Amino acid sequence: MAQAQEMRSPIESGCPDGFQYMHPVMRRNFGMWDHHAHPAPGVLYHESESGEGIWTVRAGTQRILDVFTLRKLCDIGDQYGDGYVRFTTRSNIEYMVDAEAKVAPLVKALEDAGFVVGGTQNSIAMISHTQGWLHCDIPGTDASGVVKAMMDELIDEFRNTNMPNRVHMTTSCCQINCGGQGDIAINVQHTKPPKINHDLVANVCERPSVVARCPVAAIRPAVVNGKPSLEVDEQKCMCCGACFPPCPPMQINDPEHTKLSIWVGGNHSNARGKPTFQKLVASGIPNNPPRWPEATAIVKRILKTYQEDGKDWERMNDWIERIGWPEFFSKTGLPFTRYHVDNWRGARNSLNASTHIRQ
Amino acid sequence: MAKNHHPTPMLDELENGPWPSFISGIKSLRDKHPDDRIQGISNDLLGQLEHSYETRKGYWKGGTVSVFGYGSGIIPRFSEVGNAFPNSKEFHTVRVQPPAGNFYTTDMLRKLANSWEKYGSGLVTFHGQTGNAMFIGVNTENTQKFFDEINEYGFDLGGAGPCVRTGMSCVGAARCEQSCANEQRIHRTLLNRFTDDVHRPSLPYKFKFKVSGCPNDCVNAIERSDFAVIGTWRDAMKIDQAKVKEFIQEKGRAEVIDNVTTRCPTRCMTLHDDDTLEVDDKNCVRCMHCLNVMHTALSPGDDRGVSILLGGKRTLKIGDLMGTVIVPFMKLDTDEDYAQLTELAENIIDFWAENGLEHERCGEMIERIGLMNFLKELGIDADPNMINHPRQSSYVRLDGFDEAAEEHLRRKMEQRQQATATASH
Repeated sequence: MAQAQEMRSPIESGCPDGFQYMHPVMRRNFGMWDHHAHPAPGVLYHESESGEGIWTVRAGTQRILDVFTLRKLCDIGDQYGDGYVRFTTRSNIEYMVDAEAKVAPLVKALEDAGFVVGGTQNSIAMISHTQGWLHCDIPGTDASGVVKAMMDELIDEFRNTNMPNRVHMTTSCCQINCGGQGDIAINVQHTKPPKINHDLVANVCERPSVVARCPVAAIRPAVVNGKPSLEVDEQKCMCCGACFPPCPPMQINDPEHTKLSIWVGGNHSNARGKPTFQKLVASGIPNNPPRWPEATAIVKRILKTYQEDGKDWERMNDWIERIGWPEFFSKTGLPFTRYHVDNWRGARNSLNASTHIRQ
Repeated sequence: MAKNHHPTPMLDELENGPWPSFISGIKSLRDKHPDDRIQGISNDLLGQLEHSYETRKGYWKGGTVSVFGYGSGIIPRFSEVGNAFPNSKEFHTVRVQPPAGNFYTTDMLRKLANSWEKYGSGLVTFHGQTGNAMFIGVNTENTQKFFDEINEYGFDLGGAGPCVRTGMSCVGAARCEQSCANEQRIHRTLLNRFTDDVHRPSLPYKFKFKVSGCPNDCVNAIERSDFAVIGTWRDAMKIDQAKVKEFIQEKGRAEVIDNVTTRCPTRCMTLHDDDTLEVDDKNCVRCMHCLNVMHTALSPGDDRGVSILLGGKRTLKIGDLMGTVIVPFMKLDTDEDYAQLTELAENIIDFWAENGLEHERCGEMIERIGLMNFLKELGIDADPNMINHPRQSSYVRLDGFDEAAEEHLRRKMEQRQQATATASH
């Protein structure tokens, strides 16, 4: 009781007011923007109906920021910018300034400090990613490391705007896929059922919840070695790993059999077509730290084909819809297998019930 | 000087290459930070991460950690290999709600950095996939201290576990001509109505709000939020014919034909011989493509509002779901309009809290019970904007059909009468 009184009660302020952190030009012109321009990769100019304008410089960072790096970003913002920043959905930092003359020195300061100015318009944007081995409790791979290794290879396309349309990439370290949908997604795919430590299940896992968590009803209660435990019907199990978070003794991660898959064509925008989910194109890719060269090679191959063949404004999914999946696999040289044909619920809608065939 | 550093041959490979390296960042904390505590944490964190790289496995497990008065907002992490790496054996993440649109002043970022350096590891991410500022790496004891300090200057924790989660909004009306909504107000109105449900997990599973100012949906609201609010308009799109001509002079007529009119999903645009552009607004689905290409000449109309889609989520458990339309258009101008939005969210969360199964997302519940059974409980009528096409299967019991049809016609008549009454005022 006495101890409880010493504790400070939280101020439940929730989401803070954004206006206090906005650049004054943005505050003054809220809801009044008229048009924008793209003076250079990584630089945006927005003009308001009032005639006022604001320049934005966007830069990629390592995303896992140490306080030294964060302060360096702040120093640049104070010395070359106006002290106002924001972060994009894909974790780039943006500096807003009220005069064109501030742009070039700001860009130079960021580049000199090792940050990468770009990520606008038809570039390959920063890969949005999850926590991985650095912090997640169920990861099959790392996230920051995969992204660092891949962005090293894609940095020119981040700095330039040479793709048919913007390219959003994501990674996920387990099959829950927190990374989200992307034009290209690099996701963990387990290929073996969980390995169960029967000595621990009864003490660690709430068994009915674990049974309920399985998407294909492959888990059932069992008594193993005289102890209450769980067993998995390995014929039914599709190795998603959903049982692992509620029941850590059902280890799904495997140094050899946890692989990476690549999915393409996820698009959250409503522009042209309705939003689309990403589709499986490659799998069985080794989970190969520290630089995952096999995954990067496939991603680069897909990007090159899209860059050469896509028309203006075609996102990855638009491009594939125009050329068709047979041509996608043919042009990228990726093998098409029985595993690409869906058998999950609603799968019938993905089958070709027509003679629309590019002969 | 020469401290006992864990060797990190694999992580060292991630210091090569031109992209900024998070490993170099963590090493700078280990080698240059004045505080021994942070040096120790960084060294052991690198040691454990190297161990993960070598064995291809993760070594964090969850637990229960929160701050006084809350049940959520902290992602607890305890190391399974803490004996080898004792300084980072407790390595929780503090999830902090950013303002809508992720705006900060450098002053505020410095203030956050100072507080974090006092108590935590010195590592932070802006932002995680849900939208939180992620302060990565603090022990149980310091969690409360860090929260108390930043809470005093205006920051509060986000959600974690089965609760309303931190929201996300695009840059929106603060800097984008396509925005049809006040993302700031929508975001804060919704999130801060549910502060209790953010801090005290008592729902079937997570529930996410996301707000995009236009159908470009830059925060992926349809795909990855339970409750997506998307700005849109219902009058005619605005066309500046002089700017259309400028565009054609600059880029050529073929550009408009190949990249604008023929890309329109409903073919509702015509380019005339005199280089004027005509839009059949009745057939425009507000996809945004032409506005994206010709953003100087074309703009959203003036009668703006939002569409609301419900039930988006990622893979677990039944597979990925997109949100689907439950409100095709809603004005959001007056306090009453906002009260209506809040009430809708309250009703949805209440119904789902009552009827959702454990670990069942709102969209999965709707999938299980059927959209119309769900909407009936909310008092929302069927609307053809909710579907791609009507039912294809005749395996359905239709003995209530006549009554439903009559109700529809009666409602239509009432709406017409109301519209006439409003017009005559």
